[in-house]
Amino acid sequence: MTGSDPASGPAGYDVAVIGAGVVGCALARAFTLAGARVVVLEKAVDVLDGASKGNSAILHTGFDAPEGSLELACIREGYRLYHEVRERLGLPLVQAGAMVLAWTEEEVAALPALMDQAVANGVTDIQPLTGAEARGQEPQLSDRVLAGFRVPGEHLIDPWSAAHGYLLQALANGAVLMRQAEVLTGRHAEGLWQLATTAGPVSAGLVINAAGLWGDEVDRRVTGESWFTIKPRKGQFVVYDKTAAALAGHILLPVPTKITKGIVVCRTAFGNLLVGPTAEEQEDREHASLDRETLQALMRRGTEILPALARHEVTAVYAGLRPATEEKHYRIRTDLAPGYICVGGIRSTGLSAALGIAAHVVRLAAREFSPLADPVWPRMPNISVEGPRDWQCPGHGGVVCHCELVTRREIEAALSGPMPATSLAGLKRRTRVTMGRCQGFYCTAELARLTEGRLAQPMLDPGHV
Amino acid sequence: MSDPDVIVVGAGPAGLAAATDLARAGRRITVLDREPEAGGIPRHCGHYPYGMREFHRLLRGPDYAARLRAAALAAGVTLRTRTTVTALRPGGAVEITDDSGPATVSARAVLLATGVRETSRAARLIGGEKPGGVLSTGALQGLVHLNGQRPFRRPVILGTELVAFSALLTCRHAGIRPLAMIEPGPRITARSPAIWLARLMGVPVRLNTDIAAIHGRTRVEGVTLSTPDGPQDLATDGVIVTGGFRPDAALLRGSHLAVDPGSGGPVIDRWGRLSDPAYFAAGNLLRGVETAGWCWSEGRRTARAILDALDGHLPAPGGARLDLGHPGLRLALPQVIGAGSGAHDRLQVRLAAPARGRLALMQDGRTLVSRRIDSLPERRLSLPLPPVTGTEPVILTILEAP
Repeated sequence: MTGSDPASGPAGYDVAVIGAGVVGCALARAFTLAGARVVVLEKAVDVLDGASKGNSAILHTGFDAPEGSLELACIREGYRLYHEVRERLGLPLVQAGAMVLAWTEEEVAALPALMDQAVANGVTDIQPLTGAEARGQEPQLSDRVLAGFRVPGEHLIDPWSAAHGYLLQALANGAVLMRQAEVLTGRHAEGLWQLATTAGPVSAGLVINAAGLWGDEVDRRVTGESWFTIKPRKGQFVVYDKTAAALAGHILLPVPTKITKGIVVCRTAFGNLLVGPTAEEQEDREHASLDRETLQALMRRGTEILPALARHEVTAVYAGLRPATEEKHYRIRTDLAPGYICVGGIRSTGLSAALGIAAHVVRLAAREFSPLADPVWPRMPNISVEGPRDWQCPGHGGVVCHCELVTRREIEAALSGPMPATSLAGLKRRTRVTMGRCQGFYCTAELARLTEGRLAQPMLDPGHV
Repeated sequence: MSDPDVIVVGAGPAGLAAATDLARAGRRITVLDREPEAGGIPRHCGHYPYGMREFHRLLRGPDYAARLRAAALAAGVTLRTRTTVTALRPGGAVEITDDSGPATVSARAVLLATGVRETSRAARLIGGEKPGGVLSTGALQGLVHLNGQRPFRRPVILGTELVAFSALLTCRHAGIRPLAMIEPGPRITARSPAIWLARLMGVPVRLNTDIAAIHGRTRVEGVTLSTPDGPQDLATDGVIVTGGFRPDAALLRGSHLAVDPGSGGPVIDRWGRLSDPAYFAAGNLLRGVETAGWCWSEGRRTARAILDALDGHLPAPGGARLDLGHPGLRLALPQVIGAGSGAHDRLQVRLAAPARGRLALMQDGRTLVSRRIDSLPERRLSLPLPPVTGTEPVILTILEAP
C-alpha cells in the first residue's frame, strides 16, 4: 500500500478503481481531481502490467474510429486533454504526423472513404498525397507506394510515463494504490461495496472495473455475472536500433481493415523505430508469446515499406495483449449493479482515449464530490528524446545503463517515491534500463546490486556463490 | 584540467595497452571509461588463461585487468572512470558526462577502444516469453564475479564459440550445472580443446539444435528446442545466450565517422585511422571478438601509429577501398589499404558461413595474395597485407576449389 492512511482505508473510499492500466490510472486521476477519495486495486506486482505494457505508443486523432461511436468521442476528448495536461505533468509529445499509405489498387480505392470518415470524425486537416508526394516527404519510402493521405495530428507519446503521471497525480492528491491486491469477490449493501482482495478487504461507494484483460472475470467476481467475454488479441512488435529512427519522420500507417489498424512503422518517443503489431486471437490472457517466424515476417513487412531498414539492427522484440471482446466497440455500462461501472473492451485505443474515457466515466457516475480547487501537479522525469535527460544535469551519480543513458539518480528515484518500481519490468518502464542495444549485457550486474532487497519481485532469486 | 595529447575511450586491454605506451613515450593521456573500474571485460572473467603474451604468466581475468591498470597508472596515464562518452565530434572533440554533468574534452588524437558485446536474445529473435533468467555471458559473469550471485542452477547455454566455454567455466566456479550446450550449426565453433571442458563437466553438446522459444512469465521454466527430430521441450531455470559478438559501436553510429556494415565497427586504414584522421580505433571494436592478448597487442601497434601521427610522420589518409566479393565473407579489415606499413600488416578476415577454397585478395583482376582455407564463421583468418597502390578497389574473395 502506498501513501495511505490505514485508518481511512477500511472505513470506505468513495471510489475503488480495479486495474492500474492506463485507463485505471486516468480514472484514478479524474475521480481524485473531482474530489473523490480513490483507491486503485492492482492484482499484479506493479502497475501497467497487463494490456498497457505493450502498445504502439501513438496518440491517435480518431480519424479512423467508427463514426458516431463512444470510442471516437473518448479518443477526441482524450487527445484534447492530453495536450492540455502534458506540459504540467512533464509528458512528452513527439509531433510526427502520420501517413496512411496505399500499396495496392484496392487500397487506393479505399482512400476516399477513409478521408471522408476522417473529416466526418472532426479530423479536417488531412492532406491527400500521391505516391510521389509521399516519397517527397519520406524519401526512404519504397517506390511501390501508390498514394495516401497525411494526418498531421497523429503524434508519438511515452505510453508509460503518461499512465504513471496520471496515477502519480492521483496519489499526490490523496488517492491510494494497492498492488498485489487481486479482487476476489464483491458484496453490495447499504450503498457500499465490500470487496475482498488478496491484500485485505476494501469498501467503496462506487466500484469501477478497469481490469482490461480480466474485465469479464472482474464483472463475474463482483456482480455475479459477466455480459461480455474478453478475446485477447496478441500484437507482436519489432523495435529497431536508434539509427533506424532517421528513416521515417511520419508514423506510417497502412489502410486499416475492419479487424485491425494493421502493421505500423513509426519512431518511438525514445528514439527507436517500431514495426508492429500483429493481430492474433488467442485464449491465454497472461502469456504473450513471441514467435520467430512472425517476427521475421514483421521485419520483411518493415523492409517492404522502408527498404533501408534491412541494414539496421533489431534492439528489442515484444508482444502485448489487447483486451478485445466479441464486439468492436467499448463496453462501458452503469446498469449492471448499483454503484458499479464496467469500463471494458478498451482494446487498442486505450492510450489515446484514457483521459477522455475517464472524463466520460466521471460524468456517467454523476456523483457529488467537491472538485479539488488547487490540485498538486507532479512532474514526470523525461526519459524521451524530447527535452533534456538526467545525464545532462550535474549530480546524476554516473550512467548505469549505457545504451539508454540511464543514470544512478534516475534509478534511485524510480525505486523510491510514492510509487516505487517493484519489478525489473516496472523499473524498465520508469527508466528504460536494459531496453537498449545491449539488452543488459553491461548493466545487469550493477542493476542487480542497486535493486537488491528493494523489489517485491526481485530481478533474480539468486543463491550466492 | 588542460586537454591531454590523446584521449582513449575504453579501458579494456586495447585501450590500456595503447595508453600505457603513449604515456611512456611522454605524452599526456586520458583514458575515459564508463565502468566504475578500468580493465574492461577481463574484470569479470574470473578464470584463466590471461596474460601469457603480456606478462609471461598465467593469470585470471581480474588479476590481469589489475596488472593492466597498474601498468597504465605507473606510466602516468590519467584514468577517468564512471565517465560516459555521449558524442564524438570532428577533429577530436569528445562530449562526456559524469556526476558533475556534461562537458567536452579535446585532444589531437582520440583512440576508440570500446570493445564488443554479445548479440542479445532479442536480436536473435528467440521466441516465447521474456522471463528473468535469460542472460548474456557478460551479464552472467558480472553477476557471478562482481556480485557473487548465482542467478540459476540448471541453465542451458546457447552457442559454442570460445566465450560459451568461458560461460561454462563461470558456471563451474559458481556451482551452476548447465543441462546442455546448444549449437545451431553442424560443428562446435571454438577449436577442439574446448569440447573437452564440456565433456569434463558432463555437459552434452547438442549440434544442429536451436532454442525456438523460452517459457515462463517471471522466471525461466523451460525452453523449446528445435532439433533435427522436431521440437523438444526441456525444463530449465535459465538460458545463457553466448557469443555473436559485435562491436559496441553506438558512438560511431551517431557520429560523422564511417562505419563498415560488414564488421559493424569503424572503417580503418593500415594505421588504425578512421575517416576523420583525428580518430583511431583498436581492439574488438574493429571486428567482434578476439582474445585479450590480441587486443593488447593491437593497442600497442596502434599507439605507435598515433605517436607517428602526433609527430606528423603518417602518410596522408587515402588508399584503395576494400570490397568483399563473396557472400561467404562477413568482414575484412583494414577497409582502406594503401602503401606503407603500419599497425595492421595482416588483413583480418571472418566468414559468414563455413567455407572451403582459396581466399584471395585481388586488384584489377590480379591476385595480390592468397591462401587455402577450410574454416568456420567466428574463427580467426588472415592474409599478409601487401602494399597497394592507386585507388582502384581491392577485392577480397573466395575462389572455389576447381
